[in-house]
Amino acid sequence: MRVGLVVTCLVDLMRPGIGWAAVDLLERAGAEVVVPATQTCCGQPGWNGGDRAGAAALARKLIAEFEGCDWIVAPSGSCVGMIRVHYPTLLADDATWSERARSAAARTRELTQFLVDELGFDAVPGRHDGTVTYHDCCAGLRELGVKSQPRRLLAKVSGLELTEMAEPESCCGFGGAFSVKFGEIAAHIAERKCAQIAETGAGAVVMGDLGCMLNVEGRLRRRGDASTRVLHVAEVLAGRED
Amino acid sequence: MRVASIEFKARAGEKLADATLQRNLVRVKGKFAAKRAAAMAGFHDFEGLREAGREIRQRTLDDLDVWLGIFERSATAGGATVLWARTPDDINRLVLEIAFRHGVRKIVKSKSMVSEESSLDRAIEAAGLEVIETDLGEYILQINGYEPPSHLVGPALHKSKEEVADLFHRRHKTARKEGIEDLCLEARAVLREHYLTADMGISGGNFFVAETGSVVLVTNEGNATLATGLPRVHVAISGIEKIVPTLEDAATLLRLLPRSATGQPISNYVDVLTGVRGEGEGGVEHMYYILVDAGRTDVLASEVREALRCIRCGACMNHCPVYQSIGGHPYGWVYPGPIGSILTPMYAGLENAHPLPAASTLCNQCGVVCPVKIPLPDLQRKLRERTFERRLAPWSERAALRLWSWVAARPALYGASMRVVARLLRIWGGRERRIRRLPPGGGWTAGRDLPAPDGRTFREQYAARRRAGGKPR
Repeated sequence: MRVGLVVTCLVDLMRPGIGWAAVDLLERAGAEVVVPATQTCCGQPGWNGGDRAGAAALARKLIAEFEGCDWIVAPSGSCVGMIRVHYPTLLADDATWSERARSAAARTRELTQFLVDELGFDAVPGRHDGTVTYHDCCAGLRELGVKSQPRRLLAKVSGLELTEMAEPESCCGFGGAFSVKFGEIAAHIAERKCAQIAETGAGAVVMGDLGCMLNVEGRLRRRGDASTRVLHVAEVLAGRED
Repeated sequence: MRVASIEFKARAGEKLADATLQRNLVRVKGKFAAKRAAAMAGFHDFEGLREAGREIRQRTLDDLDVWLGIFERSATAGGATVLWARTPDDINRLVLEIAFRHGVRKIVKSKSMVSEESSLDRAIEAAGLEVIETDLGEYILQINGYEPPSHLVGPALHKSKEEVADLFHRRHKTARKEGIEDLCLEARAVLREHYLTADMGISGGNFFVAETGSVVLVTNEGNATLATGLPRVHVAISGIEKIVPTLEDAATLLRLLPRSATGQPISNYVDVLTGVRGEGEGGVEHMYYILVDAGRTDVLASEVREALRCIRCGACMNHCPVYQSIGGHPYGWVYPGPIGSILTPMYAGLENAHPLPAASTLCNQCGVVCPVKIPLPDLQRKLRERTFERRLAPWSERAALRLWSWVAARPALYGASMRVVARLLRIWGGRERRIRRLPPGGGWTAGRDLPAPDGRTFREQYAARRRAGGKPR
């Protein structure tokens, strides 16, 4: 079973450890992990920013890079949503690419979704002594239905206790370019999320998308919280929290 | 109404800094979202109901011309007159013509968002007639110098009861009341007098029923019942998209609308009004429908036509993280929130409103609560494409997107660039590994730090371990 890992541009640049955690988990689950060296970005910034042609070029590039893989997996609900939900729409009118886009979409899964739904894997090596709270990132939750899978896997992490925040499904305010273009609003939304995280008293907040992590961590630090950790679910599951 | 949507960002900034508004928004947020959730949980198949609602609205829009023709015949047969307003100005002209024809001096008005598109109240006053809003929220806004509405269902939701108490005290010249009930009683006493002395009532129209030629009005205060039942003349104004084929269809939508809007199984009042009074019956002497286009046929022919399914429940804004932070006013026109981010650019011009579809995290909380399943983030994305094509946003945004796509299409260049950026950010972040100020990302660092990266990209690390031999770990 060849599993192509979409590292994602943010993980590549900002937090490579998430990529390693994903590689580790997939190998433990019995996959042969392939990481195409030419991969860059899935095209989501262009797609969400109105640059359809730019997005389509990157979509075709990614599809071609992963065509030899049985599965395409990413540690990100939003990048997987881009491939799984939006590529078929983006390339629908492209005679040579629409079928390839549909095929790629059908083979693409978010990491925890892949481990649980496709492989039934839950022998996670991670250990975490303490309480965490889980934030459901929007694209994973509402585009892909990622909700129970990360919780099911986190329940297998020894020492970890999950306590839910008041509104785990409400947006953290990231929204890609929105978070820079409308930074004040994004920070205000993030503040509500941070207040809910603080209310739980958890030592860490765990989620599945690095963009949202940067937004939440950035706001936590700015509001003076130097201790609450912001972790990717793959890092916790793989025991690679540092 | 003046379109101020282009100033969205500056006005949003003002609202974020407005402590009173922020308190009011917190109060509103809890109220609507929680009540809708409870109503949904108490209904045996809410998802099935949403699908039924979507189907009715879409089926009607697919043959809208036919249903409008049927409505016109049914309504005319019931003794009503059907008039068509192509533009917002036509609404004002038609209303004044009707008023003058029937010697009208005073008009009572129940809630109509469509009439806000043409600033009807001010046109009526400019013509020397008196007009009184009877929906409590609209009344509050009217006596506060025609303040714009901030929400579809509760136009004055941005106001606290203390602000209303001050306003009533000032405008009614009465002793200042404290409690909500006392304030309502005071408004009722003022409004009752107007119902009894008005010559004409204007209402909106939640639905126009084609088979019967009726208008359906949904209210909680009963003001529509009085405003349309007591005066001699009734004028119902709404968009052409508000047609439903049958009463049965209207009944299905009535199960969706109040639940989605306020969490009520049904609103306190539902009026179904059909034609003029016959011999020995109650009702009005003259009934008019003004069916408004004002951009709707253009929307119907566009890629965002699904927005016309909207039944104006307000659920999208009640669940929108952006709306929850800034309220409705920064959206700058009649319709705020996610649905406004589609309708405003379409009705008032994308060049006047392109910040609205951009001002969304695309979180899709709106889409999953919409009672008629309008895919709001998809529609926002389509308008972003038009914004990009027409070069309406600042050139720097467009340049940044193009540059990103161009570099990302070249793996070697991309890899080298990211290696440089990773190192720069690492250095910039210093010992603490956090960036407090970033010149090219000032929008980010105004309210948040940026956690600094490790300094080496994943691709670098992966390639290095490959070269080191064996399994890259």
